[in-house]
Amino acid sequence: MIVYLARRFVTMAVTLLVISALVFFIIKLPPGDFLTNQIAELRAQGEAASAAKAEFLIRQYGLDRPVWEQYLVWIGVWPGPQGFAGLLQGDWGWSFEYDKPVQLVVGDALWLTLLINLATVLFVHAVAIPIAIYSATHQYSLGDYVATLFGYLGLAIPNFLLALVLLFYVNRWFGVSIGGLFDPIYSNDPWTWAKVKSLLQHMIVPTLVIGLAGTAAMIRRMRANLLDELNKQYYVTAKAKGLPPTRALLKYPFRMSLNPFIADIGNLLPNLVSGSVLVSLVLNLPTVGPILLSALKSQDQFLAGFILMFVAVLTVVGMLVSDLLLAWLDPRIRLGGR
Amino acid sequence: MSETAGTAPSPRALQPGHFVDTAPFDAGHSEPLGSGDERLYRASAFKLIWWKFKRHRLAMISAIVLAAMYAMLPFIETIAPYGLTKRNGDFLYAPPQGIHLFHEGSLQRPFVYPYAFKFNLETFRRDYVVDRTRPQPIRFLCRGDSYDFLGLIPADFHLVCPPENGTMFILGTDRLGRDLFSRILYGARISLTVGLVGIAVSFALGLFFGGLAGYVGGWVDNVIQRVIEILRSLPELPLWLALSAALPPNWSPLLVFFGITIILGLLDWPGLARAVRSKLLSLREEDFVRAAELMGASRKRIIARHLIPNFMSHLIASATLSIPSMILGETALSFLGLGLRPPITSWGVLLNEAQNLAAVNLHPWLLFPIAPVVIVVLAFNFMGDGLRDAADPYH
Repeated sequence: MIVYLARRFVTMAVTLLVISALVFFIIKLPPGDFLTNQIAELRAQGEAASAAKAEFLIRQYGLDRPVWEQYLVWIGVWPGPQGFAGLLQGDWGWSFEYDKPVQLVVGDALWLTLLINLATVLFVHAVAIPIAIYSATHQYSLGDYVATLFGYLGLAIPNFLLALVLLFYVNRWFGVSIGGLFDPIYSNDPWTWAKVKSLLQHMIVPTLVIGLAGTAAMIRRMRANLLDELNKQYYVTAKAKGLPPTRALLKYPFRMSLNPFIADIGNLLPNLVSGSVLVSLVLNLPTVGPILLSALKSQDQFLAGFILMFVAVLTVVGMLVSDLLLAWLDPRIRLGGR
Repeated sequence: MSETAGTAPSPRALQPGHFVDTAPFDAGHSEPLGSGDERLYRASAFKLIWWKFKRHRLAMISAIVLAAMYAMLPFIETIAPYGLTKRNGDFLYAPPQGIHLFHEGSLQRPFVYPYAFKFNLETFRRDYVVDRTRPQPIRFLCRGDSYDFLGLIPADFHLVCPPENGTMFILGTDRLGRDLFSRILYGARISLTVGLVGIAVSFALGLFFGGLAGYVGGWVDNVIQRVIEILRSLPELPLWLALSAALPPNWSPLLVFFGITIILGLLDWPGLARAVRSKLLSLREEDFVRAAELMGASRKRIIARHLIPNFMSHLIASATLSIPSMILGETALSFLGLGLRPPITSWGVLLNEAQNLAAVNLHPWLLFPIAPVVIVVLAFNFMGDGLRDAADPYH
């Protein structure tokens, strides 16, 4: 187990390293950067003093160095102007657009992103498993057809468009705005119970919208898996020996069909994270999505880079968790050796 | 005749109850094939796939719908009642105009009721009033806005035109008074080709890397596998965002179009490459490949005659299933303003106008481009499902 864990951690670290390089070079692809653009603008307006400040920032953050050196400084394995201060040391850099450290800009957005994604994963499982079990045990019943139809719709309707339509109808029919993650009156308040309640209420729609596609896919797959298992002899034997149907179902075929389910978290997560970024933009949720978009548009490199890395870490760690869960759930999976 | 009669025992000599067929023994004879079976045994793999696919009714309908849509693309100018950029300055944000058949209880040719608008000084909006006294018949097979047919031949022929001195906004107009229905038709051209170009890029990359991994094996396989794993663990959308933000702003819209499709293809190939690799590995072990090898077929012949045709059907099926994600990707990017830019018009670009709640609330018809997106995505999914089920005709 320990060997397996160590190996997984090493692969994870390598993956993240590759991703960080990819992310950084993609962000640096467009010519220029936030500061050089700003300096040009300030010069044009004749504000030499501000331009001097921007030039100071360029030196401060080493933007005048070659790209590979900037990258190494950014991840924290190369001495920058302030010595070793990069992602590895917990220094996430400076957001030029907001003129604040990245930490302060993203702040709560990180936790809310995590919260929404976690809630969506839980939602997908909580909804998909019972529906799939019902669908498989009552094959070709009315409920099964409804579930199948729902599955196809969930597959075809892109979640950001669904968010848009929901936004429209909820507003028109109920007169409430579903945008944002809590009522505007709480926006500057400290976290109180009332604020948490408001947060929970506002989370319902985003969770539903982001989770719909994933739920639909899971129902389809789980139904197929379960149908395969239901025809196997061990289940027939269990029933023939007189095990109550529910117990027989949950004890054997259900557990078997759950394996691909958990392995699927790895596939599910990148999609959920993508979906949450888009849906956040439409629903105006204070997650990292909208910040990322504006940072990319204005070439705010450390901010954009950090958010992309955060999203990548979220996915990679999620995959690790799903692998570990799988290993714990299925004793047939051998750890370590091949 | 006499020969066989002599060797066969005479029926009378047999014990009762033991039946022996008197017909002569024919070693080549076996169960006769029904005409249907005969057809089945002799059919080529392609034919078998086609028969199996035809049975999947939903997939068949989807295929027809898609074929009709793609067939329409070269003739959009003729089909659309208005030109792509035709502005109707008097009809900004006009709501959809219904097409009617009955005027005051009597059946007529299809017609529309004209709009009269007055400026509402309280809300500062244009209020459109339907004038139900003057039906204006729609013209068919008529002359309207001029265009270049296939980009070459100047023409002004249209299937449907707005009435003489009138308007026909089936799905309303946008903020510049452009007919949304015509724009959705024009948008189909871009939105539908994005998927094809993207999948071509992804297909080429997937085939190359998957083939390399499956065929060469060893450390090459290992490296490619790791790269695939890394790419698959990336959330696609943020990366698409980053890549499309990296497209130089001074590129022409056409270059941006190709840039976007290549970006979509670049991040899509790992799935295909994986399919190619696993299929190659499993096919290599099949009996018919072994048989061909034993019969002395060359490597080239085995690959070309046995391997490629066998996994091509699977690949085409999985490619079909990944076209919708490309179309959605383009829609999402354009919707966010990072993808295609006007004057190139795609469904995502059209939806870009419906981005904020105010626009959607006042002009809900701006959401109409969602409908073709959903239809196309569903159709590709159904067709892909049908193809995947049919791809393996021998099982």
